[in-house]
Amino acid sequence: MPTFVYMTRCDGCGHCVDICPSDIMHIDETIRRAVNIEPNFCWECYACVKACPQNAIDVRGYADFAPMGHSVRVLREEEKGTISWKVKFRNGKEKNFVSPITTKPWGKHIPKLAEKEIPNKEALDSQLLYSEPKGLNIDIGLPEMKKERFKQGVYY
Amino acid sequence: MIIINPFSQLSEFIPSIAMQTFIVAMIILVVAGTVVDMIHKKNVKYFFENAKKARKQATRTVSAGNKVSIVIKTVASDVLTTSELGGRRRLAHLLGMYGTIIFWAASAIMIFNYSTPESVTPSILPLLWHLGAIMTCLGGYWFWFFLRVDVLAEGNPWYRVIKADLFVLSLVVTATFGLVWSYLQAAGLSGWDTLFLVLFTLSNLVLFGGVYWSKFAHMFYKPGAAIQKHLAEADGSNENLPVPTDKPKQFGLGINRESPKHY
Repeated sequence: MPTFVYMTRCDGCGHCVDICPSDIMHIDETIRRAVNIEPNFCWECYACVKACPQNAIDVRGYADFAPMGHSVRVLREEEKGTISWKVKFRNGKEKNFVSPITTKPWGKHIPKLAEKEIPNKEALDSQLLYSEPKGLNIDIGLPEMKKERFKQGVYY
Repeated sequence: MIIINPFSQLSEFIPSIAMQTFIVAMIILVVAGTVVDMIHKKNVKYFFENAKKARKQATRTVSAGNKVSIVIKTVASDVLTTSELGGRRRLAHLLGMYGTIIFWAASAIMIFNYSTPESVTPSILPLLWHLGAIMTCLGGYWFWFFLRVDVLAEGNPWYRVIKADLFVLSLVVTATFGLVWSYLQAAGLSGWDTLFLVLFTLSNLVLFGGVYWSKFAHMFYKPGAAIQKHLAEADGSNENLPVPTDKPKQFGLGINRESPKHY
């Protein structure tokens, strides 16, 4: 579900306009507040949601992880280097997550892939992606969930 | 010029009562425009419904004393120093806001108390009137040419005028015409001063008469929204936002925001 803006919160700073990869966050010509001009083209990347200093932008999360009636809110704390997520389900249950800010300064830290070692077959067959696990700031590999802990009713 | 009350000289041609009636008419226009705006947009209804919904999500009870303290803090921080805005936007807004308040207050005091040919105006009042107008122009034109989001983030040229510009444009134009009129009147350039008096009056009519179409009423809504935001933080509902993390600074680079001008 595409982004939408709480007008009472938005102060028209333009951070969402600047960061939107789809160039659909623009400034309304009547009230000078941010508006998603083409919801159909929203990638739901959450870039504007995280960038908004006023937490004025919201996105309805995907129905596959949170059925309707829920809320998914994001808090970016750049001084701590964290992005916190709170999923609140319609029955009141909450799930909270904290992730690192991995955004790099504009135009810097572009990986020089040509200078990197060519991955061998073992690396290609691994579930780890480029720069993982180091890029995730963990040394123990990807977190794993035992099958016994899978949600009931999900079969593999 | 800067210590001459322009309304005192004007009273030789326009009776004091006419000027006072004009001010009252402008206040009525602002009130009427704001009420019609609220009825049309239903923003106040939305605001209270939203606040009611937020209260249901509250995890703590905020005492009356705490609420008063939150309101006072919000007024001191969000309203009087516009802490919501950062950096240059904040400075420009403060210049414009206090300039406008001083300009309007000095106008009202001079028109209601010192607008007859024989009245002796304390020199501080015209000084404040001119200072207020200059501050309004400084903050307003700075915002208009450089800080407006349309120019800064959208990359539009400064001369692109849209409906959202009605308020700021009419405000700076009013202050500019007021200053020019005062200068021409002090310089004794009759004819030209009348022209700018007419322009000053017209721009005032656009500013105060255009409340329904402009962003004028934001100065009444914004404090309410800021108070509601801080009350929601205090009662734990906090618009469903996550609680601030207690993680040590071990994640990511924690880079600072960049100015939104990468168009």
